[in-house]
Amino acid sequence: MSLLLEPSAAMIKEQQLYREMGLTDDEFARIEAILGRLPNYTETGIFSVMWSEHCSYKNSKPVLKKFPTDGPHVLQGPGEGAGIVDIGDGLAVAFKIESHNHPSAIEPYQGAATGVGGIIRDVFSMGARPIALLNSLRFGELTSPRVKYLFEQVVAGIAGYGNCVGIPTVGGEVQFDPSYEGNPLVNAMCVGIIRHEDIQRGIATGVGNTVMYVGAKTGRDGIHGATFASEELSEQSEAKRPAVQVGDPFMEKLLLEACLEAVKSDALVGIQDMGAAGLTSSSAEMASKGGFGIEMNLDLVPQRETGMTPYEMMLSESQERMLLVVQQGREDEIAAIFAKYGLEAKAIGKVTDDKMLRLWFRGEVAAEIPVDALAKDAPVYHKPSKEPVYYREFQAMPPYIPHIEDYNQTLLGLLAQPTIASKEWVYDQYDYMVRTNTVVAPGSDAAVVRIRGTNKALALTTDCNSRYLYLDPEVGGKIAVAEAARNVVCSGAKPLAITDCLNFGSPEKPEIFWQLEKAVDGMSEACRALGTPVVSGNVSLYNETNGVAVYPTPVVGMVGLIEDLSHITTQLFKQVGDLIYVIGEAKPEFGGSELQKWLEGRIFGKAPEIDLEVEARRQRQLLAAIRAGVVASAHDVAEGGLAVALAECLMGALGLGAKVTVGGDLVSELFGETQSRFVVSVKKEHQEAFEQLVEAKRIGEVTGDGILTVNGEQGETVIRLSVDEMRNVWKGAIPCLLKSKD
Amino acid sequence: MKFAVVVFPGSNCDVDMYHAIADELGEEVEYVWHDEDNLDRFDAVLLPGGFSYGDYLRSGAIARFSKVMAAVKQAADAGKPVLGVCNGFQILLEAGLLPGAMRRNQGLKFICRPVQLVVENNGTMFTSAYEKGEVITIPIAHGEGNYYCDEQTLERLVENKQIVFRYHGENPNGSLMDIAGIVNERGNVLGMMPHPERAVDALLGSADGLKLFRSIVNYWRETHVVTA
Repeated sequence: MSLLLEPSAAMIKEQQLYREMGLTDDEFARIEAILGRLPNYTETGIFSVMWSEHCSYKNSKPVLKKFPTDGPHVLQGPGEGAGIVDIGDGLAVAFKIESHNHPSAIEPYQGAATGVGGIIRDVFSMGARPIALLNSLRFGELTSPRVKYLFEQVVAGIAGYGNCVGIPTVGGEVQFDPSYEGNPLVNAMCVGIIRHEDIQRGIATGVGNTVMYVGAKTGRDGIHGATFASEELSEQSEAKRPAVQVGDPFMEKLLLEACLEAVKSDALVGIQDMGAAGLTSSSAEMASKGGFGIEMNLDLVPQRETGMTPYEMMLSESQERMLLVVQQGREDEIAAIFAKYGLEAKAIGKVTDDKMLRLWFRGEVAAEIPVDALAKDAPVYHKPSKEPVYYREFQAMPPYIPHIEDYNQTLLGLLAQPTIASKEWVYDQYDYMVRTNTVVAPGSDAAVVRIRGTNKALALTTDCNSRYLYLDPEVGGKIAVAEAARNVVCSGAKPLAITDCLNFGSPEKPEIFWQLEKAVDGMSEACRALGTPVVSGNVSLYNETNGVAVYPTPVVGMVGLIEDLSHITTQLFKQVGDLIYVIGEAKPEFGGSELQKWLEGRIFGKAPEIDLEVEARRQRQLLAAIRAGVVASAHDVAEGGLAVALAECLMGALGLGAKVTVGGDLVSELFGETQSRFVVSVKKEHQEAFEQLVEAKRIGEVTGDGILTVNGEQGETVIRLSVDEMRNVWKGAIPCLLKSKD
Repeated sequence: MKFAVVVFPGSNCDVDMYHAIADELGEEVEYVWHDEDNLDRFDAVLLPGGFSYGDYLRSGAIARFSKVMAAVKQAADAGKPVLGVCNGFQILLEAGLLPGAMRRNQGLKFICRPVQLVVENNGTMFTSAYEKGEVITIPIAHGEGNYYCDEQTLERLVENKQIVFRYHGENPNGSLMDIAGIVNERGNVLGMMPHPERAVDALLGSADGLKLFRSIVNYWRETHVVTA
């Protein structure tokens, strides 16, 4: 819209035009009171993006406060580009997860690609060198052409961006459920390494210091992206495609290298990514955090289109842009660093002492707003919460126990479920090796990335079983954290901290808000029990299509520290004759299980129980045994139960098999999803040492016949399947679904 | 012996190449930014993988015009070992230092995985430490590795034993004659899609690439024994 056509301040109020931008009548009145006058069009736009849920967390803030965020090793908690945790040797790990759900639903390739780009910038804006990417993806069932298209394009977008920037995509998870049919979830996580003394903050201080703009030029793409991300998807969403940005990973790579050089200079005062709400959020947040103001001349902003208005420039979400605050008089030093990479660092404004965001355009003030009103003093709402009817019904149901006739076919069927099946089709497209530090590639419980120059490594994972969360958000929230920790422990690491991405439906609905509250309660309790504080995260609400919400999906991204490279452990059985143990007993728990979903076509009943004390103890024991060098392989029992876990342990070296004997109720033992269970293999010579360290039950041993044999206690054969057959089913499931024409 | 790792804007395997030489091979190595025009101080030149200049037009198509490429040509003309891996191979093709061209992978998708290669010719300065016919495991990571050339060129490649590495078993990208790496006629310029610098440490799955770098050092020592 040209400047001449912009509605006047009076028209915005009279015709309630602010509503189109997502502001309520109350919020508009509040803006009027803050300014002491009516806001003009640009100012209304600025308030609307900064007060969107995406930027302000106005609906989720009271809930987020419940998370434990402290710990002796936490160097930076939530509130900056990324959380930072000490890992010794003067080094720290910086990490964060973020959603790009709505853009990916409309334009999957660019939506996913720019999601990756944004999270990378969050990490290097802290001064950290990004060393790994992960993701967590949710789609509808892989039977509809639309879902296949979304899945293929999202994966291609993640690959296209991450591969080009040269940061390995080392892990993640993909799950499929009808609840995500219209609203896929695309969460991207980035992990970086930083020396303590290099930690940067997004802060503007020092009156007269210069505000510099670097990176791509500003265009008209992504205008109101943050507002778009804060409403439900509908048939009209397709029209919002212009609100999706387009990524340029080459520019990102240049920006990354230049910024990491710039942060070494003491001429740099502060640095922040122009993420959601672009120039607006980066300037207002940096000024608010620093306790200063910022004044910018928009005529100086590098633009790639002609005739852009202040409104368009301030709300653009063009990608690959950073805002810097540089010591007055030292601009040339910073500009020289960027020039090496062919980038221009352009002075566009300065830090002031009046705590105002003031924008000049063609010699006139185009906007003038107190920075705190945009950032830390944004509105906060305490939404009503109500227990949903479905929850009470599920809780009252008698336990569901499936009837199984053919255990072989049941196991093969489970291995072919896309959520369980091999994700090789996905991670084959990701360069997971670049930077040559990836010790454990995608496909194991957690990815393991060594830290060059030390004898340490990081174990990285993303996790969330949203079916449990739908049945019981509090229990499911505990399980999400506990399972992530299990994955990290199985890799030989001590869990350090988490980042989370809270994907929920509309908080305006009391039942959805209840899910959010309960999930955070459960997660917080598990974080305390397992000693893993929340150091960063992101909230994505309004994940609904035509009024139907996705399952509550608080994705947990966890980082663990492996103290010695010799502790690195994978889930695969290693050698004929190794003893196989199970840690943890089975209960008849099938609510939300893969088997229930497959057999009944829906989930219901109670989620599996979890005792966090038991969980913590088992994880401690297993980690102690791994560190003592007496564990050959370790794998957690998750979707599909023990039978699937055993099959997964055999998907490595050709020719290995396993022979085990199980007792009790066989259906529960083999397919139930009781929590806090592990499958471990141990060399015979370590039997005694292992049994002294870990409470576990020996169930059999690794064989050389390439067959998985499961016997009952009376010696009867329950399962007998060749590993080759299982492998074919497991590896072929996703490619096969993608090729089928229906 | 001193290696140059040429860094173009968008190179991203430069660090891996550097560490392979410095940490695993234990030789001298230095990064060379794309705007340098002199490589005389180096004994061998390495063009790493990545997405030089974003690879937006066609892989390697812009990088060939880079200032440093004249110096790379000089090094090649002087008979120094020049190794281009992945994007480095694509750049060597675009620059005309090696014959042929690269097409998108047959499956139209980026592929990252360890693959098996056969050493077809162990008589080069890059492969002397391997046995002829040796099967080695080296990772690939590319979207455009489908090597192509016309029939006459292919005949010449075969005749001159310029095909150095071929994919063993499954051909991941559809390349002509399963070609994974070729040398020029003189034998001192090698281009290959698989990443030997990613296979220099058993901790990461394979150390089969180390012999390639050792071969280069052996060659250099042999040819410099007189002057030393």
